[in-house]
Amino acid sequence: MLQGHQTWIFDSKPIIIASAAVGGPFEAQGALAEDFDLLHGDIWLGQDSFEKAEKKLQEQACETALKKAGMKKEDIQFLLGGDLINQIVPSNFAARTLATPYLGLYGACSTSMEGLALGSVLVDSGFAKNALVCVSSHNAAAEKQYRYPTEYGSQKPPTAQWTVTGSGAALISAQGNGPRVTGATIGRVIDMGLSDPFNLGAAMAPAAVDTIEAHFRDLNRDPTYYDIIATGDLGRIGHRIAGDLLKKHGMGIPDEIFTDCGIMIYRKDQPIVLAGGSGCACAAVTTFGHFLNQMCKGELHKILIIATGALLSPMSYQQKESIPSIAHAVSIEL
Amino acid sequence: MSNKKKKKLSPTQQEYQEFAQTREPKRPIFLNCTKAFLVGGLISALGQGIQMFFIKYFHFSAETAGNPTVAVLIMITVLLTGFGVYDHIAQWAGAGTVIPVTGFANTMVSAAIEHRSEGFVLGVGGNMFKLAGPVIVYGVFSAFVVSLVVIILRTLGVM
Repeated sequence: MLQGHQTWIFDSKPIIIASAAVGGPFEAQGALAEDFDLLHGDIWLGQDSFEKAEKKLQEQACETALKKAGMKKEDIQFLLGGDLINQIVPSNFAARTLATPYLGLYGACSTSMEGLALGSVLVDSGFAKNALVCVSSHNAAAEKQYRYPTEYGSQKPPTAQWTVTGSGAALISAQGNGPRVTGATIGRVIDMGLSDPFNLGAAMAPAAVDTIEAHFRDLNRDPTYYDIIATGDLGRIGHRIAGDLLKKHGMGIPDEIFTDCGIMIYRKDQPIVLAGGSGCACAAVTTFGHFLNQMCKGELHKILIIATGALLSPMSYQQKESIPSIAHAVSIEL
Repeated sequence: MSNKKKKKLSPTQQEYQEFAQTREPKRPIFLNCTKAFLVGGLISALGQGIQMFFIKYFHFSAETAGNPTVAVLIMITVLLTGFGVYDHIAQWAGAGTVIPVTGFANTMVSAAIEHRSEGFVLGVGGNMFKLAGPVIVYGVFSAFVVSLVVIILRTLGVM
């Protein structure tokens, strides 16, 4: 059901009956290592290309989620997948393995919440009994496509972010036990004219702010309704900008509940991540791993995740285009 | 931000960019320059040492010792890049590792390694000069322009 301009309320409150998080070697050293179902020591995952490794991450996340739910892939009506690579090849190939009816999504790093929102729409409307959402990103595959070869020695500025190697999957069902998806706010594309691909946090912050404001306006809710409000991958710089921007607009969120997946996922003693984590997997593994685990333990009851995406391509950047950004918010409650 | 770039932006965009800019850490330029000076100097000193070694033990002249010296530096870079160390040194050293011949070698090797998964012809062959290409194109072109000027000046009897 539509409420306000851009927010969906799911009357049946679809249930996330199982979720999975798979990570790479750098995530294994990170702050949320214990919340992963599977961690890899090898960035190649024994494959001969980074793209195949990313496909493998998705396959494993899907398998783990299915296993945790005690389901077979035949029980799933639709798979919604996405990633950052050209033509979302890792998702398409993982969908080939699963052989489930599939919808490919691209919303850059916001794909995790785009998928969770759409999956919940399918289940809530009765168009699916069980829908599986799976997104991934791979540090080396993303660097290769968006920036320079991984071994190329260029100095990154302090605003740059580190793409998370990993995949997160969530199984949304009409029946079962688990945290429930109660609402979603679909964001607008916002472009503040920034064009530095090494400073995506600042480019995406206004999109996050726009979606957060829309969410609370449409639902007529106060931020303190939630136990945690987490942005997807704004990083230290983008998150600070977003926080200050919200305060400036008269909608301050208390610092204790306002956080960012890109800040949480790595430790402070991993200086190579610079401003923090990014990528589809950043919001996905933090939400589907860390936050949902905390909810199942009863430590969190109501969370709002705002996954942010920078909608640039290497070509648009070379053609001196600015970076349009988007953010989708999904609320999950016990 | 240049004024030309500013003109294209709407007032809201300008306002936001100024708002964001005050919250972004700047590149530590002085520190980066110092690091680049030290590392760049160190690599050059190493090169000088290798050159003297070739002159003393292999009877090269000061001019001809240049080629084997460059070859040794390139080989060291290839190994460091292959073992995945070079990019970490470069994040610290910045221009210090980019400007010497080691930086050029690194652009080619890193691209070659990266695109190995697309095969030897289209992958390695097609992408090896992805980053080094512009250096070669504009290096050769500027050499061509300079030699043209020299030839013209010589024909006119100026030089």
